[in-house]
Amino acid sequence: MVFCLRRRDGLPGLSISIAFTLVWIGLIVALPLTALVLRPWQEGGGAMLRALHDARMYAALRVSFGCAALAAAIDVPLGLLLAWALVRARLPGRRAIDALIDLPFALPTAVTGITLATLYGPTGWVGALLARAGIRVAYTPAGIVAALMFVGLPFIVRAVEPVLRGLPPELEEAGLLLGASPLQNFRRVILPPLLPPLVAGFSLAFARCIGEYGSVIFIAGNQPFHSEIAPLLIVVRLQEYDYNGATAIALILLLSALVCMTGVAALRRRVSRGLVARGAA
Amino acid sequence: MKNGFMVPSRRGFLAGTAAAATAFAMGARPRPAAAATRLLNVSYDPTRELYADAGRAFSAFWAKAHGGERVVVTSSHGGSGAQARSVLEGAPADVVTLGLAYDIDILAQHGLLAADWQTRLPHNSTPYTSTIVFLVRKGNPKGIHDWPDLLRDGVQVITPNPKTSGGARWNYLAAWGWALRQPGGSEASATAYLKSLFAHVPVLDTGARGATNSFVQRGLGDVLIAWEDEALLATRELGPDTFDIVVPPVTILAEPPVAVVDKNVQAHGTEAVAKGFLDFLFTPEGQRIGAKHYFRPVDPAIVAETASVFPKTTTFDVASLGGWTKVQKTHFADGGVFDQIYSR
Repeated sequence: MVFCLRRRDGLPGLSISIAFTLVWIGLIVALPLTALVLRPWQEGGGAMLRALHDARMYAALRVSFGCAALAAAIDVPLGLLLAWALVRARLPGRRAIDALIDLPFALPTAVTGITLATLYGPTGWVGALLARAGIRVAYTPAGIVAALMFVGLPFIVRAVEPVLRGLPPELEEAGLLLGASPLQNFRRVILPPLLPPLVAGFSLAFARCIGEYGSVIFIAGNQPFHSEIAPLLIVVRLQEYDYNGATAIALILLLSALVCMTGVAALRRRVSRGLVARGAA
Repeated sequence: MKNGFMVPSRRGFLAGTAAAATAFAMGARPRPAAAATRLLNVSYDPTRELYADAGRAFSAFWAKAHGGERVVVTSSHGGSGAQARSVLEGAPADVVTLGLAYDIDILAQHGLLAADWQTRLPHNSTPYTSTIVFLVRKGNPKGIHDWPDLLRDGVQVITPNPKTSGGARWNYLAAWGWALRQPGGSEASATAYLKSLFAHVPVLDTGARGATNSFVQRGLGDVLIAWEDEALLATRELGPDTFDIVVPPVTILAEPPVAVVDKNVQAHGTEAVAKGFLDFLFTPEGQRIGAKHYFRPVDPAIVAETASVFPKTTTFDVASLGGWTKVQKTHFADGGVFDQIYSR
């Protein structure tokens, strides 16, 4: 305690807190992940090899990662717009909208999936309109993207909102006084500090979307090589009582996700560094 | 600072407590008086109403025969394979009543019950059977009468993924067995038939109820391949003026079997009651409950009684296709015939 206070860490009982945190993380995160990493090798590397040679798994990974990236990317401008409206516009019922944004977090994903499938299905409200225009969303990869957009949107809004709220109005006023057009003002003054939270929101949404199962399964169509997501293949393996095969795919999914997330984290660091450098200059 | 730290954590704690309390409240069942024997029946999805009824009737039946001894049967439902996995992983099931024998075979392989379980009760340990039929839109606008009609241009067929749904395996095998039984039918011709059939399937739902929803609620497809009990339920519950049932001239005899889980009943001391429950399903009373929920009875007397509900058709069973272990391996295992249908 004394040690902590002298170090001015701000939080009393830091060493205890850290010990507690590490044990907790170990039990909740590291232990299951270790089990997941070890399991596929239990009966030799056969399950892993088989998974690595499965063209259908690669197709499913492509669908999962492609749709997740696309959905998160589309969510970025939408989320920014929503956060903007929440912070800047004096909308009637702003509090209600604010609460609504978090709803996708709370809603059971299966409910999301069934609702979206009903809405976008050939006889649904939206689906019937789109069908007249010759567009099919439900039971195609577009349906997967639609479901993932719904699931991922709150991550972007919640990441951007506090930063936007903390942005001093003086900056924009100064920009306007110095003769910047509204567009210039947005691009040069407002957007740069929002980039790090936008990238952070993107990475959160992306990560969540990669593993999403419940909301996607009802709207995807689940056609192999076309609209079959990787988590479904895991369920298929489980149904065959093939635990090793299931964990092998899970591990590959996890490692691919890790690679992607590392990339996004590097991007985020670069964006933040650029901001700091520019701020210093 | 300290306050700012404490508030969300306390709120988190409260939320956690509330969630736990809700979970507890939802899990809690009305508690019977002391000394009631509890029997856990792990079953598959479409038997929810059937086993709720059968459980109640059995409690009364058992009390009458054993001087007021109380028994409460609780049932758990889910996909057949997932339910079998939960028993494998330790769910304390006294009896299992699953969608296909293969799921119980797996339990036997892991030593939870004797390998010869299917011979311990009459009719392959199957108190109720069903069959695979076609559910079509009212008036049968596409003129679907038999398996070849499903391959006509412009016909969309709804059936779930046999990899994830036990029910769908019966659909698949019904089609396979029919194709084998055609003049000149062979494994190659049957594979070709299934390949064309699945080309007419726009959506592979993961479960049987999901497929029923796609067809019924979302208006997808022209034909739903379904268990007869699901089809009858859908037409009776959702209005007979929306759908028609077409029974194909040749189809499969679906046998969802039942078994006592030896290892668990020994641990619980419920051998006699568990066996009593399964035996009860074969009594005239148990058979009538099954028929009420649109499962075909096996007792000839009750079959005669309920003949008006269940149209006559020619059926073949899974044994004629080589039995579940073989069928599972050839068709649904990784790289099996079903995977080949969808391979590139």
